[in-house]
Amino acid sequence: MLETDVVVLGGGPAGMSAALSAAENGSKVLLIERDGVLGGILNQCIHNGFGLHYFHEELTGPEFAHRFRTMVENEKNITVLLNTLVTKIEDGVVEFMGSGGVQSVKAKAVVLALGCRERTAGNISLCGTRPMAILTAGTAQKMVNVDGKMVGKNVVILGSGDIGLIMARRLTLEGAKVHAVLEINKTSSGLRRNIMQCLEDFNIPIYYSTTIFEVVGKDRVEGVYYGQVDENYNPIESTRKFLKCDCIILSVGLVPEMEIASFVSKSRVTNGAVVNEFYQTDKPWLFSCGNILHVHDLVDNVALEAKQAGKFASLYAQNKLPKRQKEIMIVASDKFSYVLPSKIFEGSGQVEVKFRLKEKVVRKTLVAKCGANILGKRFILAGVPGEMMSFVFDKNGAQKEINLNIE
Amino acid sequence: MEKEMICIMCPMGCNLKVKYSGGKVEVSGNGCNRGVQFAQEEITCPKRMVTTSVKTTEGVKACKTSIPVPKELIFKVVQEVEKLKIGKVKFGNVIIKNVLNTGADIVITAND
Repeated sequence: MLETDVVVLGGGPAGMSAALSAAENGSKVLLIERDGVLGGILNQCIHNGFGLHYFHEELTGPEFAHRFRTMVENEKNITVLLNTLVTKIEDGVVEFMGSGGVQSVKAKAVVLALGCRERTAGNISLCGTRPMAILTAGTAQKMVNVDGKMVGKNVVILGSGDIGLIMARRLTLEGAKVHAVLEINKTSSGLRRNIMQCLEDFNIPIYYSTTIFEVVGKDRVEGVYYGQVDENYNPIESTRKFLKCDCIILSVGLVPEMEIASFVSKSRVTNGAVVNEFYQTDKPWLFSCGNILHVHDLVDNVALEAKQAGKFASLYAQNKLPKRQKEIMIVASDKFSYVLPSKIFEGSGQVEVKFRLKEKVVRKTLVAKCGANILGKRFILAGVPGEMMSFVFDKNGAQKEINLNIE
Repeated sequence: MEKEMICIMCPMGCNLKVKYSGGKVEVSGNGCNRGVQFAQEEITCPKRMVTTSVKTTEGVKACKTSIPVPKELIFKVVQEVEKLKIGKVKFGNVIIKNVLNTGADIVITAND
């Protein structure tokens, strides 16, 4: 059996960043990637807007990937395995299949950086038939940007996640007519800048509280019945209309790809692993970061988070990470959809938590408390659910549950 | 004249309030100076980065304009790139210089 200090699973932005950081912190690293090239989903995200926080300049997805790939290639303590699929993880042993057949590697620490998968027509119980040309936004993006194939001429986009908005523009530039973006919620989960530069710039309408009632088509998509939904997301039949189209693009959310590590405790909100402040799961040798942990808004945040996780995995491999001790829960009020990490080690020193809000918040103060003891405050000028936010406070020896509130 | 717009300079997407009359532009709601620059351009000559892909003998490769180009030229720039059929390219190669006299080059962004 092969042996190494840290094995990183996944060669996208999270995996590359975690591998680099683990190597910089003194570990020998094996980086395993399923595709034939490093970069993950960035390679098909040919639009710009990446890297403003991390590299302080605006890059396209492939350019962002190129920078990390070059750094990985220049780091002699990282071995990269491409075209290799991980088949099993158990007690620090990773089994994989590649050009050398099925092999195993024993690692002192393993980092999950496998990203997430798009929700499909089946996941959202889309009504109607299942003809050709119902595609997730990411699949359509790969077909157009990497394979050079067009997906349809008359397109309807369901859901207004960022990839859906980006694809509305991309397909328009490639000559398709995007008739509408349908969003079941009252607001878009996509970035405001994408609503402007991908929809408004091209006069593509977006209808809120609206969804597809039924897909029509036998061999290929022929159209959709669509209309508005009420407060409980039930269709309002009187608003039912028909729209002719030959392609439906789904941009309806992402799910962390956690099947390979189904044995760890998972969060019901994020569907990713439950981790502590060291991005350590309930198996001490297993770490998690990037979109497999929770879905991020920006790749810059993925890279920064993975840098932390890679460092902690490296320290764990060298027996330098603090040993398990009493853990304190961080409990967020109902104004939050989740907070991560949800538990931290008892002690002192600063800790950074990330969170998403349930609703828009304007001019409020975020407070971390342990009983009546205030551990930290942060003023929020404006916060929206689509944005991942963070908050640093001092543990200050808190002995019991820490509460996060918005006041 | 008053106009509300969303700044697209970075993913923050600040809500800008822009007052303008004659050549004077007043901006509020911006999180940084790039917002002022964006609002001024958006009033006078709105510009966008264009990212698309080019056909090569080795498949399609991603490319972009080196600087933002006037918004009304977006489709024309994409058409200029579509006309091409080129051989092997490398990351950073310039495939069109000064496209449509905009001052922007078309640069390969795909990994080779």
